[in-house]
Amino acid sequence: MTPGSPTDERRSIRGATLRRAGLLVAGAVFVLWAVATLTFFAIRLIPGDPAQAILGGPGSQASQEALDQVRRDYGLDQPLIAQYFAMLGRLLTGDLGVSYALKLPVADLLGAQLGGTLLLAALALMLAWILALGLAIWSTGRGRVASALGEGVEITAAALPHFWLAAVLIAVFSVGLGWLPPVATGTLAGFVLPVVTLAVPLAGFLAQVMRESLLDAMQQPFVVSARARGESALGVRARHTIRHASLPAISLSGWALGWLLSGAVVVETIFAMPGLGRTLLQAVTLRDIPVVTGVVLLVALVYVLMTVLTDLAARIADPRLRQEAGR
Amino acid sequence: MNTEEAPVLDVSRLRVAFDGIEVVHGVDLTISPGECVAIVGESGSGKSVTARALLGLAGAHSQATAERLHIDGLDLRAAGEREWRAVRGRRAGLILQDALGSLDPLRTVGREIDDPLRIHLRLSAAERSARVLELLADVGMPDPAFAVGRRSGELSGGLRQRALIAAAIALDPPLLIADEPTTALDVTVQARILALLDEIRGRGTGVLLISHDLAVVSRMADRILVMREGRIIEQGPTRTVLESPQEDYTKALIAAVPAQSPRGARLSMTPEQPAIIATTAVPTPPAAASAAEAAPLLELAHLTKTFAVPGGRFTAVDDVSLSLRRGETLGLVGESGSGKTTVARLALALTAPDRGTVRFDGGQWSELAERDRRPKRHRIGAIYQDPLASFDPRWKVGRLIADAANGAATNGAARPDAARPVVAELLEQVGLAASVADRRPLTLSGGQRQRVAIARALAASPELLICDEPVSALDVTIQAQILDLLDELQRQRGLALLFISHDLGVVAHMADRVAVMQAGRVVESGAADEVFARPEHPYTARLVADSPRLPR
Amino acid sequence: MSDLELQQATAVSAASHAPARRRGRMPRIGTVLAAAFVVFLLAATVAPELVATQDPNEIAPGDAFQSPSLAHWFGTDESGRDVYSRVVAGTATSLLIGVTATAIGLALGLGLGVLASFGGRIADFSVNRLVEVLFAFPGLLLALLVIVVYGPGPVTATVAVGLSTAPGYARIIRGQLVAIRSSQYVEAARVLGRSPARIISRHVLPNALLPIFVLATLGIGQAIVWAAALSYLGLGAQPPAAEWGAMLAAGRTYLATAWWMTVFPGLMIVGTTIATTVLGRALTRRGRGER
Repeated sequence: MTPGSPTDERRSIRGATLRRAGLLVAGAVFVLWAVATLTFFAIRLIPGDPAQAILGGPGSQASQEALDQVRRDYGLDQPLIAQYFAMLGRLLTGDLGVSYALKLPVADLLGAQLGGTLLLAALALMLAWILALGLAIWSTGRGRVASALGEGVEITAAALPHFWLAAVLIAVFSVGLGWLPPVATGTLAGFVLPVVTLAVPLAGFLAQVMRESLLDAMQQPFVVSARARGESALGVRARHTIRHASLPAISLSGWALGWLLSGAVVVETIFAMPGLGRTLLQAVTLRDIPVVTGVVLLVALVYVLMTVLTDLAARIADPRLRQEAGR
Repeated sequence: MNTEEAPVLDVSRLRVAFDGIEVVHGVDLTISPGECVAIVGESGSGKSVTARALLGLAGAHSQATAERLHIDGLDLRAAGEREWRAVRGRRAGLILQDALGSLDPLRTVGREIDDPLRIHLRLSAAERSARVLELLADVGMPDPAFAVGRRSGELSGGLRQRALIAAAIALDPPLLIADEPTTALDVTVQARILALLDEIRGRGTGVLLISHDLAVVSRMADRILVMREGRIIEQGPTRTVLESPQEDYTKALIAAVPAQSPRGARLSMTPEQPAIIATTAVPTPPAAASAAEAAPLLELAHLTKTFAVPGGRFTAVDDVSLSLRRGETLGLVGESGSGKTTVARLALALTAPDRGTVRFDGGQWSELAERDRRPKRHRIGAIYQDPLASFDPRWKVGRLIADAANGAATNGAARPDAARPVVAELLEQVGLAASVADRRPLTLSGGQRQRVAIARALAASPELLICDEPVSALDVTIQAQILDLLDELQRQRGLALLFISHDLGVVAHMADRVAVMQAGRVVESGAADEVFARPEHPYTARLVADSPRLPR
Repeated sequence: MSDLELQQATAVSAASHAPARRRGRMPRIGTVLAAAFVVFLLAATVAPELVATQDPNEIAPGDAFQSPSLAHWFGTDESGRDVYSRVVAGTATSLLIGVTATAIGLALGLGLGVLASFGGRIADFSVNRLVEVLFAFPGLLLALLVIVVYGPGPVTATVAVGLSTAPGYARIIRGQLVAIRSSQYVEAARVLGRSPARIISRHVLPNALLPIFVLATLGIGQAIVWAAALSYLGLGAQPPAAEWGAMLAAGRTYLATAWWMTVFPGLMIVGTTIATTVLGRALTRRGRGER
């Protein structure tokens, strides 16, 4: 049990971290495979003939010849299991199929949209972090009124639905004050409202977690130890408690990004921004299956990558996690 | 200059209140350079609040006032945050109980020790890191260069505490306040930390030692102050207080130290039953006399238990053989991680051994199928260190006990009403009023909870009671009462006890025979008096030597 | 982690910090307000005609786009219908969707959680992997997938929201059950010779019940928000219906001229979510023996 020397211990911790990273990657690959499989078979549950859908739905009166042609083109005449393996094979090469509605390769279509959505999500995540940390720090250690106020603001922020918050922001800042454009214009100003809309509810969630862990940290004995060495209240926060408060929020960032991507569906639609979310909604409405599948896989990929990254980031920020792995 | 004579701490009429409710009622205290003064008291006595108030750290909702409050000659009665900060770390250092949390788990030990240097002095980074290494070497850290980059979670309890001390003495403050500095540590580690504190005191630092343990402070304190309910009720030179205590409470505290009293003597003092009389009056229990010839009730033979850990298996229990007769108490001592609790779980058949067998009352036990063992389980009872965790949080005391009583024979439905007289009787046996049946365990004190746990264990009419650190979380006077209760019940019912504790004194007081465990092995066993008087194994000898006891 | 787990975790830790901050025996003001709001919602569900001021479907073209006034508290819509009365009329639908979705998610989560914690190692492993995979469809994504398969509509939307909350419930419930099963009081019952069936029925399930109830309370608000989002996107309840999300969608066109058509239905959603969160936290505190 007791390691022979400190170096051994260090090596075993590093080994554990590597093992952990290996497990994470294996888990990520498994999740992606499962998501692809689940989506593939779920899509087969859709009533109706996919060939019909490709040719514009049942109303299109497509000829039998055209239907057969489409079935051959899309491999729909193959047995289900062959179609499944063909899909997996294509996925490995990055081929997501061809959009039924737009007749374009899905990979190209989504590739063009991914950047904008990720930028939107990343900005919102950053803003949410700043807002949450500010609120958490402001509302702790100042007595009951500030604490109750902080709790109230968090619960309210977390309860705000994107679609409503967006509408209210547009009503106030675009219609009322005329400061900001109501639709995304591609300029910086056009980004402000969508980012705020996504960030505020997330900040509510994050602030709840941060404030609780800040309170937790402030009750720890090391705070008294630090102050007994002459550290100021500000120094205790800067050097000790804020780091502790950030830990759970770091671990949450994977979840948060997924949540933001899902929120992007609503926000991109309202602000008429090009992006994955709006593309997904259009595809859902048109039942453009390859696009839906593509977006789902892409989001799963981003989510899984982010989960792996946050797990590793949490390990870097909190040495105790590395230690646990070493035991 | 006469600073050598001037006290480093001079306090009079210190009062501390929380939200207007006073908890410390006028404490007077002076400490000279090189002197060690101890404040001893049980939980809630106000000793920790006093210690923190001396540094202006009693908490956000506290108000502290004093007629005089001088640290190192500086008047701090009207000190603001800025003045306090100049004192903290520079003129007075604070060491808290090691709860793994007294050092920030996210920062390296080096940075924690560097803090006071950075805050109070104008040194270059290089000078400071050199000083940090010096300090670590000073407090006896084996490999300072390595330790400096570790975080508290990566160090053992003893090394962690050394690092904490290094941070507190970084600026060589004339006053060092140590609040329960060794409470969570194993005895052998505790002895070394106390020696280190004593060494620091020898350099001329005034030390204020706060502890619940009279035996611990008797080693190094020059003077003892006994604190109770926010007041100093007795004080004087250590020997005087220990040898001729004036107050009943002090006498009770001294009597409660189990290592002082022979087996069978009462530890707790109630007004009706002074300890002195009880010591001589208690006869040897008849059960113990005939026990020697009886067949063993519990037999552990060559037990081995390993657990999977990353990169191999950890052997928690290694070829342990023990036996226990009816009416007898077998003490199992050892430090944390020695495998004591795993032995208890094996004996209770809560976990299966990898090798070896447990036999109970001449029949199979560990090898029985759970289905066959279940009807016999009531014959072995268990009480734990944290009784509250062992109670279903939704149940009141009455239901807890009734459930155990009814299920003993039938495993059938509990009928609380029918069980009421039984519950009342059991509560009475453990010294609780029948009305406790309607309370929730959460609302009871620690001692009352442990009594309820004992009553529940007794409800099933066990022949063997396995006690895993049953008094470790209790104040000494409460501990004394619980130990007395167990002793009394054992005599009345002829119970066999497997008594597990890290506290040598407690085991020495309770056990007929002892087994000493180290790293999963039993290194020595035999009659309790024999083992503790003439330990054969070096580990036992060290345990005995390091165990705190009152001077005789 | 899901937002549900987040809600639960913060409710629990908020409760653990509560006693240090307050000692009063009175319930908090926030709890009282939240309870009052829930009573109003229930009244609007059971007897909307008593709470509403007018017939929610009465068209009065002359009264179109009236801003809020004493006669029309929340103003009127494009057909002159009273927005307040329509909001009240929509309460039943919105709550029904939220409660049903929560019930679906909770039932599935409970099934998976129980399977994972009592079904042995293989079941536990499989359920954990399944939950992990489902978490890779964050937020509305799983719901959108369900809608692609079964087509839009209020029923599909409800089921979709229920399904997408299930993995969160499963993980929390599993954690809860595992914690209780490995607790010392369950061990104490084993030492007394109790059978597994009796331990589960007497100790594990009863102790898991309150936290699960709290969980459901915390979840209803989020379920309503999600269902409303689907309605808003035109995938759930459709505009002529007096459902909050659908009303919001209808008001979107007139945002520039009649902000009240958007603001008030949304306020109801926000209020409901806040109220369920506050009540959930109060219940958690009560579960710990505090007020």
